[in-house]
Amino acid sequence: MKTMSYAEAIREGMSIRMRENPNVLLFGEDVGAFGGCFGVSAGMFAEFGAKRVRDTPISEGAIIGAAVGSAATGLRPIAELMFCDFLTVGMDQLVNQAAKMRYMFGGKISLPMVVRLPAGAGVGAAAQHSQSLEAWVTHVPGLKVVFPSTPQDALGLMLSAIDDDNPVMYVEHKAMYATKGEVASMNPIPLGKGDIKHTGKDVTVIATGKMVHEALDAAKKLDAEGISIEVLDPRSLYPLDKKLIEQSLSKTHKVIIMTEETRRGGYGGEISAIIGEEMFDYLDAAIVRIGSLDSPVPFSPILEKAYLPNAQDIINAVHKME
Amino acid sequence: MKISKDVMKDMYLRMVRIREFESKAQNLFAEGKIPGFVHLYLGEEAVATGVCECLRKDDYITSTHRGHGHIVAKGGNLKFMMAELFGKATGYCKGKGGSMHIADRDMGILGANGIVGAGQNIAVGAGLSAIYRGTDQVCACFFGDGSTNQGTFHESLNLAAIWKLPIIFVCENNNYGISMSQSRHQAIKDIADRGAAYGIPGIAIDGNDVMAVYEAATEAIARARKGQGPTLIECKTYRWRGHFEGDPAIYKPKEEQAAWLKKDPLPRLKSFILENKIMTETELSDIDKQVKGEIVEAVQFAEESPEPTVESGVHDIYSDIVEEVRSR
Repeated sequence: MKTMSYAEAIREGMSIRMRENPNVLLFGEDVGAFGGCFGVSAGMFAEFGAKRVRDTPISEGAIIGAAVGSAATGLRPIAELMFCDFLTVGMDQLVNQAAKMRYMFGGKISLPMVVRLPAGAGVGAAAQHSQSLEAWVTHVPGLKVVFPSTPQDALGLMLSAIDDDNPVMYVEHKAMYATKGEVASMNPIPLGKGDIKHTGKDVTVIATGKMVHEALDAAKKLDAEGISIEVLDPRSLYPLDKKLIEQSLSKTHKVIIMTEETRRGGYGGEISAIIGEEMFDYLDAAIVRIGSLDSPVPFSPILEKAYLPNAQDIINAVHKME
Repeated sequence: MKISKDVMKDMYLRMVRIREFESKAQNLFAEGKIPGFVHLYLGEEAVATGVCECLRKDDYITSTHRGHGHIVAKGGNLKFMMAELFGKATGYCKGKGGSMHIADRDMGILGANGIVGAGQNIAVGAGLSAIYRGTDQVCACFFGDGSTNQGTFHESLNLAAIWKLPIIFVCENNNYGISMSQSRHQAIKDIADRGAAYGIPGIAIDGNDVMAVYEAATEAIARARKGQGPTLIECKTYRWRGHFEGDPAIYKPKEEQAAWLKKDPLPRLKSFILENKIMTETELSDIDKQVKGEIVEAVQFAEESPEPTVESGVHDIYSDIVEEVRSR
């Protein structure tokens, strides 16, 4: 068993596949000798060289477009956007091209490509470098979306994302890059398989990304009160492991959904709707959604802290449910 | 440049094919047999023909909303194209794409495209793929004058230039971005001038002269195959029809239209062939007859083909997931 940081696990996942398959390559802004804005690809340029770890100009449309065109013609590219927020600049290539090409062309073109999206707040990066925009991509048929919360999941999901024949959006939380964890398995984690991060019987907390850790923190504190919450991390937002959610709800009958995105229009709402439509009979209480405030991400550390949801929000919600 | 008889004959065939296919599509749309939107390539046939004549089967093209001509010129199957225009299950895209989204991976056709300028960035990916895999394939990227005001134009030419990608950027300057004439939508006259901004060759040519297009493309493709990077070729041509069928095109001056109709690229090639005794009248009319037959067959195939099943509407979104058809 190894201990790795979240960033190291992402890097290891990419490197494993690049060592095995010469058609896998990484490109994006400053991912080369510079090692990426957050150092995620540090050392990869030295190992794989300039051909396979390529710096691009600041051209997000061309970065995603290059992934689309190269994936359509035999490569398995990994494109890094320096910040998830820069999706806006490359959105056409993602939404109108990558997501739709297989369908529009009658299933005849495959796009095995990964787009890495460093998301999330908590590092004082303000409104244009902190967003969690996963709902934008989960909304689009043709895209798959994963969001690891631990180094183990970061590695296993990266392997599966690269192996997949569809465009996979790999959301990574930038405030977790230094988070360390044990990596017991070097195997891929199938897309669409959630994970119970903490077993409980009273309330299910479905949490994604960094919020998984807030939920685990809440679980510890609530344990002391004799309340046992189950922390369910879907890991893949699409496809979503509905079966695991159903299994958990059949036991707890209560659910809190916690995501870092602004709550309005977020993917937490979609999970809530699925539970309401398909699993209503299990529920003994109204579904609770916890997310960030419906505001742009503020800069001031005090404001940013107030913007973000945390473990206490879960504890308060659980108390209200009791 | 000396162009062989075989090439001349083939270019004539491809131009006639595009002309006939588009004329038929125009009529079928008017008769209400083709749903949606149709953007015709009439008048611009020499551009796609001259460029695609120089390409190999394993070379790539990216196309536009006005893509029928490129697809025909690159060797697309007329039956599958026509069936797709009809929205039939036997069409190139099983009826899911329509006129603006025809692709054929085996022919290197990476898709017509409904988003103006989007193919430019996809061409960058195809070019990257070619040099990465160490092949000498090239990608011809077709786009209109209107798209040269999109950010994609800047992004893709710049990236192709610094990575020396094997791309031929073929600008079809048909003088209109929808209703806006070139003099209204940009302050320059020759789009080819923009090549200088990226440190790549930019040349402006008569896009209604198929031999001029062939010559320019030959040179650009040779550079690209040798690893010398992209070229921007601006082909001056004219869109005979409105932006789409049904657009009355009141913004086009009558004299302008009349002057360009006189520059029809097809009779031009025909007279050159006859004057230089490259082929006889009979040989040319045999080609005309052959193409007429191909079009009749394509339309018959499309008309007789089955409609797609409703279930097929949720297939092909992913390689491995079939969405459920929800009850309403």
